[in-house]
Amino acid sequence: MTDTTAHTEPVPTPEPPVPQPDDVTTAWWDATREHRLTVQQCSACQAVQHPPRAVCVACSTLEGLTQVDVSGRGEVDSFTVVHRAPRADVATPYTIARVRLAEGPILLTRIHPHQTVSIGDAVEVTWWDLTDGRALPVFRPTTSSTTT
Amino acid sequence: MSPTTGTGTGAAIVGAAESDLGVTNLSILTLQTQAITRALADAGLTLADVDGIATTGVSRFSATQVADHLGLQPRWTDSTFAGGSAYEMMVARATQAIEAGQAETIVISFASNQRSAASRKLGGVTEDHTPEAQLEVPYDPLYPLSYYAMAAQQYLHRYGGTHEQLAEVAVAAREWALLNPAAYRFGAGPLTAEDVVSSRMISSPLTVADCCLVTDGGGAVVLTSLERARDLAKPVVRVLGYGERTTNTSMTTVQDLTVTGAVGSGADAFARAGITPADVDVLEVYDSFTITAALSIEALGFCGRGEVLDFISGGRIRPGGDLPLDTAGGGLSYCHPGQYGVLLLVEAVRQLRGEAGARQVPDAEIAVAHGTGGIMSTHATVVLGADR
Repeated sequence: MTDTTAHTEPVPTPEPPVPQPDDVTTAWWDATREHRLTVQQCSACQAVQHPPRAVCVACSTLEGLTQVDVSGRGEVDSFTVVHRAPRADVATPYTIARVRLAEGPILLTRIHPHQTVSIGDAVEVTWWDLTDGRALPVFRPTTSSTTT
Repeated sequence: MSPTTGTGTGAAIVGAAESDLGVTNLSILTLQTQAITRALADAGLTLADVDGIATTGVSRFSATQVADHLGLQPRWTDSTFAGGSAYEMMVARATQAIEAGQAETIVISFASNQRSAASRKLGGVTEDHTPEAQLEVPYDPLYPLSYYAMAAQQYLHRYGGTHEQLAEVAVAAREWALLNPAAYRFGAGPLTAEDVVSSRMISSPLTVADCCLVTDGGGAVVLTSLERARDLAKPVVRVLGYGERTTNTSMTTVQDLTVTGAVGSGADAFARAGITPADVDVLEVYDSFTITAALSIEALGFCGRGEVLDFISGGRIRPGGDLPLDTAGGGLSYCHPGQYGVLLLVEAVRQLRGEAGARQVPDAEIAVAHGTGGIMSTHATVVLGADR
């Protein structure tokens, strides 16, 4: 298990508004408070999925869906550098990316700190701490030699 | 399950019109009224003939709102909310309602005053109860632009194309708009690939010139039975086929950004119509962004996987080319009120009737309108044919 708890980046200001969790997403958010990145896994068929849902889309099971820790490693599926922000006072440019986790699911995230990346680059999770105690996973190019 | 093959349908489009376009300072319902009454007049019909209404983007109760505004109590409505492809979906719904005898004269309409009202937001509309609001919006992607930008990035990376090649979609759209007096960029002069690539970057690799206009505008089409259509004023445009796919709301759930739901929607529509892409004389695809049109052309089967940038080169999609694309000038250079799909139908009808003036495609007999909604979320294809 890779240590994914060591890295924290300052959250950009203004902090993005993040709606409160609901019954399906609470476990995912609770894990972020401990800087644990998780995906939802089905205990019946072992499939993993993200975002969390009330059903396993692989086998239609409603029971036994739990959040399980992942390595925090993945690769850039695609990215875009945004030059005009949708909210006031957000610093530009910044990089939005789809990161395909080593475990399969894809996350939308940022590459942070902002830098040039390429499709296929290896990345690892780091965290933006929100003032309410939750944290947003963001990614940076892999720096350590640890492999999973 | 496959659609019925090759038989066409029992419905036809008998009226088509735009509302005022551009910067109107008119309300949504006024623009809706313009589009609907003009389309009815085009068909030689009046509001009293209408017993079905399909529309969206007006309010929470869109078709109900329009019906009340027009003083109608229709037998049938549809307010399918699916972004820009909704109107192609509505052609399918309306055709089925007419064939089933539930309604006889159905109007499909859309209008927006987003330019006058300055109501367009770069981040789109967020609904806090959705997973995307918690898991995607906090990262500040532009909605829908950043998703299309990531699709473009992936396509260019995988197939080795250039942004200049992709820019041909915008260059060709401008060429068409220069032939259409109703186009927002009519008279703006030609656009070059270099212009597109060197324009202000918004969400890489897409620049402002890869993005559709933000204008007011709207349109409407009138459908009735094929039998009744043949007794009305204008040349009949048959609904030959339709198909649709709904794929995603999240930016993370589609595995391959370069393959869209148009693969399935197009295959269904072509099978129902009994045609292949080679039979298509005019192609009207939603060009919210250059990449939207490019991916749609490829997914619909006009070329092979990974080939679209070569396919659209050499003037093929420009005036005089083998595959006339977005002949009114597209969302890129003609008009883009949001949910542009209804105007794809209006232009297809005009081309099939031979009413398109300087931009008329000679002897157009088969036209395809293909809408894309959301972040390549919904895809709907309609095959229309002249009744010759």
